[in-house]
Amino acid sequence: MAENALLTAPVSKLKQLLGDRTVSSEELTKAYLAQIAAENASLNAVVTVCAEEALASAREADAQIARGTTRSLTGIPLLHKDIFCTEGVRTTCGSRMLESFVPAYDATVVTKMKAEGAVMLGKCNMDEFAMGSSNETSFFGPVKNPWDLSCVPGGSSGGSAAALASGMAPLVTGTDTGGSIRQPASLCGVTGLKPTYGRVSRLGIIAFASSLDQAGPMARTAEDCALALTAMSGIDPGDSTSADISVPDFHSALSTDVNGLRIGLPREYFNDDLDSRVRENVMAALAELERAGAILHDIDLPHSHYAIATYYVIAPAEASANLARYDGVRFGYRCDAPADLEDLYQRSRSEGFGEEVQRRILVGTYALSAGFYDAYFNKAQQVRRVITEDFQRAFEQVDVIAGPAAPGVAFPFGSKQQDPIAMYMEDIYTLAVNLAGLPGLSTPAGLIDGMPVGLQLIGKPFDEQTILNAAFRLQNDTDWHLACPDLASLSS
Amino acid sequence: MSWEIVMGLEVHLQLATQSKIFSGSSTQFGASPNVQADAVDLGMPGMLPVLNEEAVRHAVTFGLGIGARIGQRSVFDRKNYFYPDLPKGYQVSQFFAPIVCEGIFEVPLENGSLYPIRITRAHLEEDAGKSVHDEFAHETGIDLNRAGTPLLEIVTEPDFRSAEQAVAYLKALHSLVTYLGISDGNMAEGSMRCDINISLRKQGSDELGTRTEIKNVNSFRFVERAIHSEYERQAEILERGGAITQETRLYDADKDTTRSMRSKEVANDYRYFPEPDLLPIVIDEAYIDAVRQSLPELPTAKRERFLAEYGVSEYDASLLVPNHDMADYFESVARASGAAKLAANWILGDLSAALNRHELSITESPISAELLSGLVSRVEDGTLSSKLAKQVFDALWQGEGDADQIIAARGLKQVSDSSALEAMVTEVIANNPDQVAQYIAADEAKRKKLSGFFVGQIMKASQGQANPQMINQLLLEKLESQS
Repeated sequence: MAENALLTAPVSKLKQLLGDRTVSSEELTKAYLAQIAAENASLNAVVTVCAEEALASAREADAQIARGTTRSLTGIPLLHKDIFCTEGVRTTCGSRMLESFVPAYDATVVTKMKAEGAVMLGKCNMDEFAMGSSNETSFFGPVKNPWDLSCVPGGSSGGSAAALASGMAPLVTGTDTGGSIRQPASLCGVTGLKPTYGRVSRLGIIAFASSLDQAGPMARTAEDCALALTAMSGIDPGDSTSADISVPDFHSALSTDVNGLRIGLPREYFNDDLDSRVRENVMAALAELERAGAILHDIDLPHSHYAIATYYVIAPAEASANLARYDGVRFGYRCDAPADLEDLYQRSRSEGFGEEVQRRILVGTYALSAGFYDAYFNKAQQVRRVITEDFQRAFEQVDVIAGPAAPGVAFPFGSKQQDPIAMYMEDIYTLAVNLAGLPGLSTPAGLIDGMPVGLQLIGKPFDEQTILNAAFRLQNDTDWHLACPDLASLSS
Repeated sequence: MSWEIVMGLEVHLQLATQSKIFSGSSTQFGASPNVQADAVDLGMPGMLPVLNEEAVRHAVTFGLGIGARIGQRSVFDRKNYFYPDLPKGYQVSQFFAPIVCEGIFEVPLENGSLYPIRITRAHLEEDAGKSVHDEFAHETGIDLNRAGTPLLEIVTEPDFRSAEQAVAYLKALHSLVTYLGISDGNMAEGSMRCDINISLRKQGSDELGTRTEIKNVNSFRFVERAIHSEYERQAEILERGGAITQETRLYDADKDTTRSMRSKEVANDYRYFPEPDLLPIVIDEAYIDAVRQSLPELPTAKRERFLAEYGVSEYDASLLVPNHDMADYFESVARASGAAKLAANWILGDLSAALNRHELSITESPISAELLSGLVSRVEDGTLSSKLAKQVFDALWQGEGDADQIIAARGLKQVSDSSALEAMVTEVIANNPDQVAQYIAADEAKRKKLSGFFVGQIMKASQGQANPQMINQLLLEKLESQS
């Protein structure tokens, strides 16, 4: 198998190759490490490479394969977003604040992926503390979109999406607080799944907004996402908000049968504000599902237009508390020669956090302040309930809700950075899903002027299976998900 | 002008759990700095709290102990502020919906009456760590062993009108929580700390004056002194027409005065909001019933029972009951010896005195309840005179065996055999004819004095073992027969 084909093969294919000993995990690992070495200088998708550790666990995986004691991901290379704590491996969260932070523990997701035999190659760049939609807020510099190096990969899991799209790994993890898996998946032409809130443990994931954060997989196919989701999911006694609900084997339950599947198209998503080319691509994908037997319905999510305002009160409010621990006292960045305690706090935080993080801390602090709590935070909580009820009502009529994953394709660097509101609009189709705690995925829906665009499928709580099945069918019937950037031209 | 003092108290009670409220670290007191702080206690990135069910149970136990309403759905909130010994930059507490809601706590006063105090609420929260300022030059040490220790903050309405009431409340509260087994109540180790909200108003006024809050007073004595001192300070200001500044103050025991904690009063905005990392605590009737079933007998009930069942005095009951170890000790001795009043006398008398002298608690007593009941039994059945009993008590304290062994070994048995005693009386009368003559000649008053001489001689001859009551009796008979 040609090197290039190996780098763009889905996990399901690699499993087969490992199983019949066509390739070893060590060979695979070396191939991906080589790709990272070759392309990362131009893409900046990976912030930490663990070559030695990766090769050691690849050889261990090969021994297991030889013994026939394999697990679901034995020998499969993987990159984690640098928001997952990794024992003994620097975990930066894209911030100067944690530039040299080495956790003494693994996140539950990391533990589970290890237990399933996956080989960790390293850690992916990301927007600082997952705050951003373009990967321009990372202290370690912006990540470039492998489809067009002058464009952003999306964010905050932009490093993960770019690494996957550029063949640095066949499987990556991300987190999604307001669209941070689905939007970069859309902009980089990969499949990304945000599970139901509570499906995957948050323990060991550096918190941004605790009531919204959820980890999920990004991969080349819905099938791979199903495989990875099964490995990642499950109740965790260490995370009180992880759900006590059984985890199906999403992979073996995959089905191409979408006959009679009711797909709702919110009028609020397909209104005049939607870019006509995005509409065209999304509708083309939905037409494929319709051809396969799905039934399209127009539905209403009447409070959709409150989602951005609601999100940008709740998420910063929670973040303002979650990020209070970075005070220069126990770990993380500390300013030089503080004059006194006040100075230690002020300078450590002013120097350690970037502009967007500081903006959100200030917004969140304001929203929680005496005299504003009712008008902002409390009101936002009420609207959040109303938005959730919109979805509940809609799901009485349909099985899946569909829409765009992002308002457009990848945009050039700097084009939205000076305008926070324009940047926040990037997540207009994804935020409400986090507010309601629902599962959502983005699957490739073709290209616009050579740049990928995604179809978003939203499911009922804990019904990831149905949206995975729909994406699986779509990927069965089309080859949009197979499109990839020209890897040969990347480093040239 | 005469001022009425109005106070409400906030008590931070450390709950007696094995591990912390949100982590698995030990809550043991006195370990080396920071050895009992794990990644959760340190507020490390990605760490999450997991609620300790034992703390919830303790809180519910307290609520039922004071007959308060239990919040069926209580919620944790984040209280946001920066401080070096607050690792996460917020304290997890309960602000909007506490676990224990309103209740009434009946406080026994010294005069035997009950004084009802309205409990506003009691909520669960985590303790902060400790800043150590005096061990390092120009630096502050931080010890996070205490960070995450479960606390129950018990808040009252402004129902106190005197320092005595406040202290009586704290003592009763201390007694209650140790009875309930939800706290060790060790004030020296900070297990019970008190904030006092205090204001003055003109006698007869219904309006509340501007209050100050005295923080972190940790002994009954200091509470009393802090209140007196703050009363004097506020009264002095009001007398000369001044205004009280609403502020937080600290009590300085060395100077017996309170001082302002902050040079300028910054209105703290804690920006409370529901803690998204924890689920609400939902408590159903079955849970409440199960806790109710497991409630021990409480101090008020025990006091009533001691009066009725053992016939002890109100005063003795007020000393025996507050410390449940003491109450248990008493009850063991009273039951085993069948002599409750005598048991109470020994426990509150010689035993308490000896324990105080050696700075021991009742549970550390070298004389077990079983040993003391052996002594009490021998006093009750007349084997030991009170004088001999004190010797036996001292020997028990020294660990020389049980009362019967000591009596046998030292030959301390009281002689109550009437023929033996009669022989002694006869002998003393025969040996002291002059005194007998004086006795016969004397009037009633002098006779009493002279009979003391004879008793003394007999006790001396018997080495203290003669039964004094019987000797008196026999002596009287003999002397009367001679006159």
